[in-house]
Amino acid sequence: MSISPGLPGVRRRRVNHANSGYLFVAPFLLIFVTLLILPLAYAAYLSFFREQLIGGTVFAGLDNYTRALGDERLISGVVRVAKFFVVQVPVMLAVALLAALAIDSGLLRFAKVIRLGIFVPYAVPAVVATLMWGYLYGRDFGPFAQLAEKLGGTGPDFLGSGLILGSIGNIVTWEFTGYNMIILYAALRTVPTELYEAAAVDGAGALRIAWNIKLPALRPALLLCLIFSVIGSFQLFAEPNLLQRLSPNAIDSAYTPNLYAYTLAFTGQEVNYAAAVSFLLGLVIIVASSAVLFLTSRRSRR
Amino acid sequence: MIQRQPKTVGRRALLAGALAFTTVLATACSGGDSDTAATAPAAASQADIDKAMQTPTELTFWTWVPNIQKEVDLFQQKYPAIKVKVVNAGQGEPQYTKLRTALKAGTGAPDVAQIEFQYIPTFSITKSLVDLRAYGADTHQDKFVDWTWGQVTGANGEVWAYPQDTGPMGMLYRQDIFDKHQIAPPKTWDEFAAAAEKLHAADPGVAMTNLAANQNGVWMGMLWQAGAKPFATTGPESVKINVNDAASKKVGAYWEKLIKSGAVSADPDFTDAWYQSLNRGKYATWLTAAWGPVFLTGSAASTSGKWRAAPLPQWDASKPASGNWGGSTSAVITGTKNPIAAAKFAEFLNTDPASTKMFASEQFLFPATKALLADASFTGQKPAFYGGQAVNQVFSEISSTVDPQFQWPPFLDQAVNDWDETVGKSFADKGDVGGALDAWQKRITDYAGNQGFKVETN
Repeated sequence: MSISPGLPGVRRRRVNHANSGYLFVAPFLLIFVTLLILPLAYAAYLSFFREQLIGGTVFAGLDNYTRALGDERLISGVVRVAKFFVVQVPVMLAVALLAALAIDSGLLRFAKVIRLGIFVPYAVPAVVATLMWGYLYGRDFGPFAQLAEKLGGTGPDFLGSGLILGSIGNIVTWEFTGYNMIILYAALRTVPTELYEAAAVDGAGALRIAWNIKLPALRPALLLCLIFSVIGSFQLFAEPNLLQRLSPNAIDSAYTPNLYAYTLAFTGQEVNYAAAVSFLLGLVIIVASSAVLFLTSRRSRR
Repeated sequence: MIQRQPKTVGRRALLAGALAFTTVLATACSGGDSDTAATAPAAASQADIDKAMQTPTELTFWTWVPNIQKEVDLFQQKYPAIKVKVVNAGQGEPQYTKLRTALKAGTGAPDVAQIEFQYIPTFSITKSLVDLRAYGADTHQDKFVDWTWGQVTGANGEVWAYPQDTGPMGMLYRQDIFDKHQIAPPKTWDEFAAAAEKLHAADPGVAMTNLAANQNGVWMGMLWQAGAKPFATTGPESVKINVNDAASKKVGAYWEKLIKSGAVSADPDFTDAWYQSLNRGKYATWLTAAWGPVFLTGSAASTSGKWRAAPLPQWDASKPASGNWGGSTSAVITGTKNPIAAAKFAEFLNTDPASTKMFASEQFLFPATKALLADASFTGQKPAFYGGQAVNQVFSEISSTVDPQFQWPPFLDQAVNDWDETVGKSFADKGDVGGALDAWQKRITDYAGNQGFKVETN
């Protein structure tokens, strides 16, 4: 709507639009500021101090951050979640992609049932899912172990230090494949049908259509899922925290950076250091997300 | 009008003293740098106590003892003006986390809380507990077993809590498994090791015992029995840490050998797999506390009649000793608006004859009072689960062999966490326990240093 800026009546209308815009956003902004910005600011404030059991609170400047940068347990935790991300996310997104493509192709019978079935694990709370898988993984009385025993051998120790990261990856994949699949499927539904008709006229089969039409259309949605997964993997907390009870010696308190920050704050009462660790983790996530965005941006757009 | 004769002389002085004491408390909980009182605080007068007990008050009590409402009702019958709200805020660690969070936030903390013996220094160092000497705690010292009173007493004689129940350690063993392999209940650790090898050779599927890799409590009990003194508070700002001393290394080497040979397992306890193992006879013994027998009755019902109780194997048969695992107290939390009522409630729960008897007969808590430990109706019980053995008598005798000098660090959560990751891990990985003890020592001394303590290691 192009209107010459000189007319006073038009300016008033524009200002009204802006005002009502702010009014709509205000409730969200209020909650956003009080529940996100203010606690972040408080955590930042805390991270510059140090509270000791003896001696009270002292200003510590950047000491907490220097300590965190040199903390081997934190570094190994970050490396561990990075490894987790590099393996688990591609696997999960590949499965979600295949499922979305298969359901969208129209060649699948009972597509609605399958869609619901793959999505249901996302509806299961993380606590329930982890406890359930913890039982399934059980070395003495879990079903896999019992099956292996019947066949005469011993099953792999899913909760032992060697396999535990993979076991957690399995749980997370099981939980979130459905979620990613739904996002990808929704994106597929927005592809204009004329494209499919044109492809059919050109004689393209289902696989060709998937490769040349659907995948390019899914780019933005895949990127969205990827960014969510970066954040989710680096923030991994619920599953290791719950499995720790069953496998206390394979999962130590610094297994993931988030778990480390939690233990520091609530077991060691070192809230200031925990705040510094959390900020550093946030920084790592920002760097990782930016890297992902950079690597996947189309060179033609640059 | 009849003039009331004040019971004590200088009533105004005492009132002033009580006021001063509460002001000191108030500054203490606002985080001020008040020194720990070197002498007993001014006592609340009997008149104040009477007045407080008749003022309508509501107390909040955090506890995980099941069905404690019965004992609470006894108190409410005696003092109808006081209502007690019982809240289960979690068992052990989760409750302590919530308590600490509430204390830091300044609101939401209860008036009275159940705190296990080993956590008292962790809360007293942050001035989170009220010294109960002001409310007549000293008069009850003789009612309690010596070592329990030692556990609730602070470095300057403060009384931080009333002992509620205890957990002196003994050994529960499977009579049927021992009979099958002709093993006599071991009386010394050497006999235990020999029996373990014999059992392992005869039946590798059964472990002599399970030394849980996530159970710091049992390890500390073992050290307690061996006469080790891993922690000591040597001043208001200094601690002595010695978790890798000769006694600890001796105990560590002993268990390392048994775990490496496969005779002893190191499964995490209180998990589904562990319950299953108990029920299916995978463990021949359970080194546990006095609350163990009742617990086992509930969790291993399918093995009824097969278990017996005995004292722990000894390092020196001529000097029987034991340690303690668990057991709780009732403590009054700083910041309570009703210190007198709270203190009297804690006192009633744990000293009133009817209440303490109910703890033993209803919740099967192992008593901390001398009276009950000598009471024939308690010690004479012969449960069928233990083939008619007087299990309480066995543990009652063990209770008198617990060393009264054992101390805990003022940051137990962190110490336990570090133990899980060093020593506990060495059990699970069948690794070098001695090296793990050194690693644990380093972690604790580093943490203590970071927290501002002056650390001594010898």
